[in-house]
Amino acid sequence: MAPDRGVTVAQYEPVLSANFHKPDGHTLAVYQAGGGYDTLRKTLKEKSPKEIVELVRASNLRGRGGAGFPTGLKWSFLPENHPGPIYLCVNADESEPGTFVNRVQMERDPHQVLEGIILSGYATRAGTAYIYLRYEYPLCFKRLQQAIDEAYAAGYLGKNILGSGYSLDVYIHRGAAAYVCGEETGLIESIEGRRAWPRIKPPFPAVEGLFRKPTVVNNVETLSCVKHIVERGVDWFKSLGTPADPNDPRDPGSYGPKLYGLSGHVSRPGCYEAPLGLTARELIDEFGGGVWGGRKPKAVVPGGLSTGVMSADELDTPLDFSAPMKVDCLGLGTGCAVVLDETYSMVDFLLGSCRFFAHESCGQCTPCREGTHWALQMVRRIKAGHGRLTDLDLLLEIADNIGILPGTTICGLADGAAWPIKNAIRKFRGEFEDYIRRTNAGGWMVTEPVPALEADSGQWTVGSCQ
Amino acid sequence: MPEKSLLTDDLRAAIGGYFLRYPTKQATLLPALHAVQEKLGFVPPEAVEEIAALLDLQPAEVQDALSFYGFFKQDRPLGKYRMWVCRSISCEARDEEDLLQYLQEKLGIEPGQTTPDGRFTLETAECLGACDYAPAILVNDVLHEEMTRAKIDGLLDALE
Ligand SMILES: Cc1cc2nc3c(=O)[nH]c(=O)nc-3n(C[C@H](O)[C@H](O)[C@H](O)COP(=O)(O)O)c2cc1C
Ligand code: SF4
Ligand code: FES
Repeated sequence: MAPDRGVTVAQYEPVLSANFHKPDGHTLAVYQAGGGYDTLRKTLKEKSPKEIVELVRASNLRGRGGAGFPTGLKWSFLPENHPGPIYLCVNADESEPGTFVNRVQMERDPHQVLEGIILSGYATRAGTAYIYLRYEYPLCFKRLQQAIDEAYAAGYLGKNILGSGYSLDVYIHRGAAAYVCGEETGLIESIEGRRAWPRIKPPFPAVEGLFRKPTVVNNVETLSCVKHIVERGVDWFKSLGTPADPNDPRDPGSYGPKLYGLSGHVSRPGCYEAPLGLTARELIDEFGGGVWGGRKPKAVVPGGLSTGVMSADELDTPLDFSAPMKVDCLGLGTGCAVVLDETYSMVDFLLGSCRFFAHESCGQCTPCREGTHWALQMVRRIKAGHGRLTDLDLLLEIADNIGILPGTTICGLADGAAWPIKNAIRKFRGEFEDYIRRTNAGGWMVTEPVPALEADSGQWTVGSCQ
Repeated sequence: MPEKSLLTDDLRAAIGGYFLRYPTKQATLLPALHAVQEKLGFVPPEAVEEIAALLDLQPAEVQDALSFYGFFKQDRPLGKYRMWVCRSISCEARDEEDLLQYLQEKLGIEPGQTTPDGRFTLETAECLGACDYAPAILVNDVLHEEMTRAKIDGLLDALE
């Protein structure tokens, strides 16, 4: 493992990453030496599940998996007095391009993750938790399994945990390299042993989820936050981050700590903890040591590829749950930023993005399946020097019409596919037009339909949709 | 059971061990497919039939799920080392394309193919969740960080 690359924000004591740099921080012995599982011990004695749900609700904790849904509210949708079983699914699929902070957590502090899982399982009265872990995280698998084994042996898992009468089993369920498994109902289908086709909602998982039983799906980092809310209290949690907008009664604010990821063209890529609301510029300059090679930034993906891009003059945007939308990004996403420097081509950015989403679309919804593929075909043609200016408008038309927000698809993958297209073309239109004019001197102004290119071969083919 | 079973007793026992974790046998399908691919290097159609019988499913149900996940191979066993070259944004921004090109040249194969000696399978991957170490390559269970041509030379020499 590479050496410590993190630095600390002044006046802020990291909690989520506090153990990341301890030698053998992934073992039970080190975790316990730092007070690990004390909160669990105390809470099982002193607090009822309802009281924890109430705490989490009062904290306004919002899910760290991408959508920012209030966790306490989600938990309160579980039917009351349900005879069970109730399931907890821990979303550790982390496949959003540019995102890696769940990995760092599970590799370096798996017991913190587990303690959050046990407390959340207790609060939601779940008897079984499945950790849906992407297959490409072999070290996480090893460390988590070791942590689970240690926790069983120490009485933190299994029957009658610490004499409380509460029982919980935790199993790791390994994925198989499909991005859509991270969507919560795709994840449920995948655990059930089928193709990971997201379900039409409602019913929501809290009512009818895994094995048709009430189910809570939460991200790894969300559940770790629960541990710290129970331990340090609601006031502490709400002292961090961006407060709710007093003029918007529906804004729950952006409270608490966040593990930010930083990669791409920066001097010091890494996972950095700060209160929610750090700006992209602070993340890049104060934590990341600036853009590499003294270059200037051209664009920054704020929180995973799905969230789109910010241009260089939007970097003072706070990375919290509402500010990125004010610069037309999809949202905070995963809080993992990717920096692209001034030499990087936005045509390449768009091509990579379109390729990814076309590859990962599960194919159930026509607008997503067809839209992502046609977008990819057009961008390939543009890249190959056969672009027309009207293609940019066609691409925008696709992007504006696929997704949950326009209301044409089952899941949010299509919104994720749409945002990079919208942002790249609307914010960098000049660059795209220049490219098209330069590489297609004879055809950039053509407006009648043109055939598609055979994938990657540069050959013309009529009507193929591959 | 077919005369010569592909699923050895060990494999059957391993899959049976997963039955306790889930309320349905179907839910053990992904763990079962992983176990079979790990042992045999692939999941040929005959294995699909045997897995189906073991899980009380139709072979078509197993095939339907399996074919959704690009992870499982059916035509021939994977190489001893399955190399995943990340081609997503952070790695691509740090010159992954050159690495992929170099690996293709050195191994003489395209992504998705296996070297004739059965040692290496080359694959392109979507974001490996290791963007802090871009460009990254995952080889079986080991992540190789901040890769360069020189590091690839060393890696291929070390993997016998
Ligand atoms: C295509 C797609 C992929 C997703 N991938 C992930 C993921 O890898 N990890 C994750 O936690 N959430 C992912 N989500 C969000 C989940 O659907 C869900 O909102 C989240 O797990 C809920 O947990 P949270 O409330 O704790 O954030 C994805 C959503 C979509 C639409
Ligand atoms: S939006 Fe796309 S990925 Fe989501 S269910 Fe529809 S086709 Fe599948
Ligand atoms: S982009 Fe390559 S590991 Fe994330």
